[in-house]
Amino acid sequence: MKRPSTAALFAALAALAALAAVAGVALGAAGLSLREVALALARRGDEVTMGIVWSLRLPRVALGFVVGGVLAVSGAALQALVRNPLADPYLLGLSGGAGLGAVLALVAGVLSAWVLPAAAFAGALAATALVYRLALVAGGALDSRMLLLGGVVVGAFGGALVSGILSVSDAAQLRTATLWLMGGLGGVGWSGVLVLVVYSVPALAVLVAESRALNLLALGEEPALHLGADVARTKRRVFVAASLLTAASVAAAGIIGFVGLVVPHTIRLIKGHDHRVLLPAAFLLGGAFLVLADTLARTAFAPLELPVGVVTAVVGVPFFVGLLRRWTGR
Amino acid sequence: MSGPGQSAVFELTDATVRYAGAPPTAPPALERATLTVRSGECVALVGPNGAGKTTVLRALLGQVPCSSGRALTLGRDARSWPRDALARVVGVVSQREEPAFPLTVREAVEMGRYPHLGAWRASGSADRAAVDRAMRRADVAALGERWVETLSGGEWQRVRIARALAQEPRALVLDEPTASLDLGHEMQLFELVLDLVRRDGLAALVVSHHINLAARFADRLVLVAGGRLVADGPSESVLEPRRLAEVFGWPVAVHRLADGSLQLYPERQPVTPDSGAVP
Repeated sequence: MKRPSTAALFAALAALAALAAVAGVALGAAGLSLREVALALARRGDEVTMGIVWSLRLPRVALGFVVGGVLAVSGAALQALVRNPLADPYLLGLSGGAGLGAVLALVAGVLSAWVLPAAAFAGALAATALVYRLALVAGGALDSRMLLLGGVVVGAFGGALVSGILSVSDAAQLRTATLWLMGGLGGVGWSGVLVLVVYSVPALAVLVAESRALNLLALGEEPALHLGADVARTKRRVFVAASLLTAASVAAAGIIGFVGLVVPHTIRLIKGHDHRVLLPAAFLLGGAFLVLADTLARTAFAPLELPVGVVTAVVGVPFFVGLLRRWTGR
Repeated sequence: MSGPGQSAVFELTDATVRYAGAPPTAPPALERATLTVRSGECVALVGPNGAGKTTVLRALLGQVPCSSGRALTLGRDARSWPRDALARVVGVVSQREEPAFPLTVREAVEMGRYPHLGAWRASGSADRAAVDRAMRRADVAALGERWVETLSGGEWQRVRIARALAQEPRALVLDEPTASLDLGHEMQLFELVLDLVRRDGLAALVVSHHINLAARFADRLVLVAGGRLVADGPSESVLEPRRLAEVFGWPVAVHRLADGSLQLYPERQPVTPDSGAVP
């Protein structure tokens, strides 16, 4: 398969992102026409339409875009870090840990949107530490397959603790936490977008700075070291940054799977594995993907809404299988 | 400064290495080792498995501390080198490497420019020239667009040498570079390494369990056994049958080839019910 130029790739991704944004704003349960939406965007529609467009759809599209982008970048970085193409925040237990941290905070009565990501971050870091311990116990040297296995185990453990905590919580807390846990981009609003952006930008910057080191790390820790990478420092930074991204997205939108796996791989298959291109490209594609998935989730059975994680799984899995077959048939 | 062919690139002085986590009663992985490798010189570390050959490399590459003695690389304590600065002077072909993702030969060799580029600097014409030169030198220029997973073992090792050369180093360190290669590729690889030493004045430090290959190519053999450097010199002085029999736990004979190099032959020692396998 011929690789497109970097410029062509980014042009196509930008177009796709724009298309997703238009679809996300234009389509919805309220059945507004394109003309009504356009008028509302220009602040010339009626109160109700303007409210739907500006306070519901636009922040939801923005949130979906950032959550999708952040999950995709986090997955791409983790794949290089643990040298396993199957890694993503969900499979490595980061999402589960972040979920547990956030639920503990919710049950303790913390409702501030600014504190929730910090609690999720603490949970994600604790999960990471536990996964690493498990992977080291198994063999002495770090084994990336054991790391994934440890991730699945820790993720399941986090999920079990969450269920346990919720079953002994009182009704009000239960409702808040359960709604949030199901994952979804609704009801967050502009403040939620702002929180997510503030937490994500430093972590994204760290990962971009480590792009070249991630390229080397994909060769193995020993070769990366001999090519001049400070492997221990890179691993530390990438794990912390990926944990923070996962935590911020989980705190904003609950646990959404498959984005971190499918999106980076799509870019890897199309354009290769240079993380300097891969990370920003994965951000754009992840954002567009989640916005489109959410638009589908809102409209497919309107006025009922599917959890967006169902759509990412149903769309993501066959998509991934198809790409994989195409790739192996190269 | 002394001229090329003189300056010490790697120096161990009375160096002892103990790995963290090893029981305190265990003998050190490397004990009071003294060794010098100079520019324009090919030195081979030979000896049984687990003797401490790789530990010598790890000490000189700053990967393990010496509990006593010193390990210097280009006159500077090996542990004090920042990794990128060390990678600008020493290219390493380590034992195992499996890329997690597919990449082309050219992309693989370009990674050798990392220590010169760091995280941000864009690759320029000097970098491209260094990559081209390295690929020609290691005879992989024609493979540029190939995916590395489609290469033969010999081609892949040459690509890794090209990547090390793209670092523009003053020394090469190779850990079992021919471990999975057949006879022709083994010879081709050693001929390449020796040519780099002779024509480009690189220092080469090679770990190999192929004593006979090492004896034909290296200027000096260093025999490592039980964490000690038990012999160091030209193959004439190191390949001494009784010493080798002792070190390897098996009787050996030494013969001379027509080109003058010494070669080692393990003796047959059929297993009998009384004697067991090992004399």
